[in-house]
Amino acid sequence: MHELSIVASLFEILEEKAREQKAARVVRVSLKVGKLAGVVPEFLQTAFDSYKRDTIAAEAALEVTLVPLRVKCRKCRAVTEKDDFVFTCSACGSTELEVLEGTELLLDKLDLEV
Amino acid sequence: MSKKEVVVREDILGSNKKVAAEIRERMEKSGVLVVNLLSSPGSGKTTLLERIIETLKPTHPLAVIEGDIETERDAERIRRKGVPAWQITTGGACHLEAKMIGRLIPEIPAETKFLFIENVGNLVCPASYDLGESLRCVLLSAPEGDDKPKKYPKAFASADCLIFTKSDLIPFLPFDLERAGNEALDINPRLRVFVTSALKGRGVAELARYFIESRVNMIQHQRHA
Repeated sequence: MHELSIVASLFEILEEKAREQKAARVVRVSLKVGKLAGVVPEFLQTAFDSYKRDTIAAEAALEVTLVPLRVKCRKCRAVTEKDDFVFTCSACGSTELEVLEGTELLLDKLDLEV
Repeated sequence: MSKKEVVVREDILGSNKKVAAEIRERMEKSGVLVVNLLSSPGSGKTTLLERIIETLKPTHPLAVIEGDIETERDAERIRRKGVPAWQITTGGACHLEAKMIGRLIPEIPAETKFLFIENVGNLVCPASYDLGESLRCVLLSAPEGDDKPKKYPKAFASADCLIFTKSDLIPFLPFDLERAGNEALDINPRLRVFVTSALKGRGVAELARYFIESRVNMIQHQRHA
């Protein structure tokens, strides 16, 4: 359950951006969470709802977009999606894979009232 | 009042990663190999570390940072081995973060060759936090069961090495070492795998050698960089 720590880091960025933009309120917070980011979206939601009280984002909605784990094979160049965390190329069996996406934990967008 | 959409695209753990990168650069330049040990509680991190210390200490000065939710116990155990050790008590938090390590870096003695960080016992949360280590080791003890790699993929995917512990218990348990090893290698084909028993001393010399080789590689890499 490190989602509360993650939400605390999220708020550091969020509050700085809101200040820069001279926002009155944050209306929506959009995250991109990779399948292999190591966080549970439901827990992020719970942590967000308890953390946001008395902040500039007190009324904000949290939107989490899940990003599948996509890899590219260095041997045959095939790009595949991995559901099973087996890091071998589904096309040629090589283990030399490059992760394209699916490990990220991003604050993607903020909807503000200014 | 008007509405405005701001594209941020910022890594939420970016500030942790930045501190971790600073620690790594500083430690690698000083010739200190930082090892982050990750595992469930009770998998035998501290006991294995005691054996590693006995093997490395005569030739390689080392230091230890212990992470726990409460108590100074683990750091005391390490100090009894004559090794400088710092205890971080997180007071409830389930993982260590880079800034907690960063605060202790100035206290590390100059002659140190290895800094071992024993993370809070937890196979989930510590996996998301880079501590500035050059080597991440995940431990799996035989009593935990051979099905753990697939259940906790992040920890195994992010590690450089997998250390099976308490291997002396395998004959008494329905633990399939090959299955566990293969599952972990499915997730992370680059993993170096070691089978150890701190009680019997099995695998400790091989593991110590791996740490020494990793440090030599780190220093050579520094020279070429």
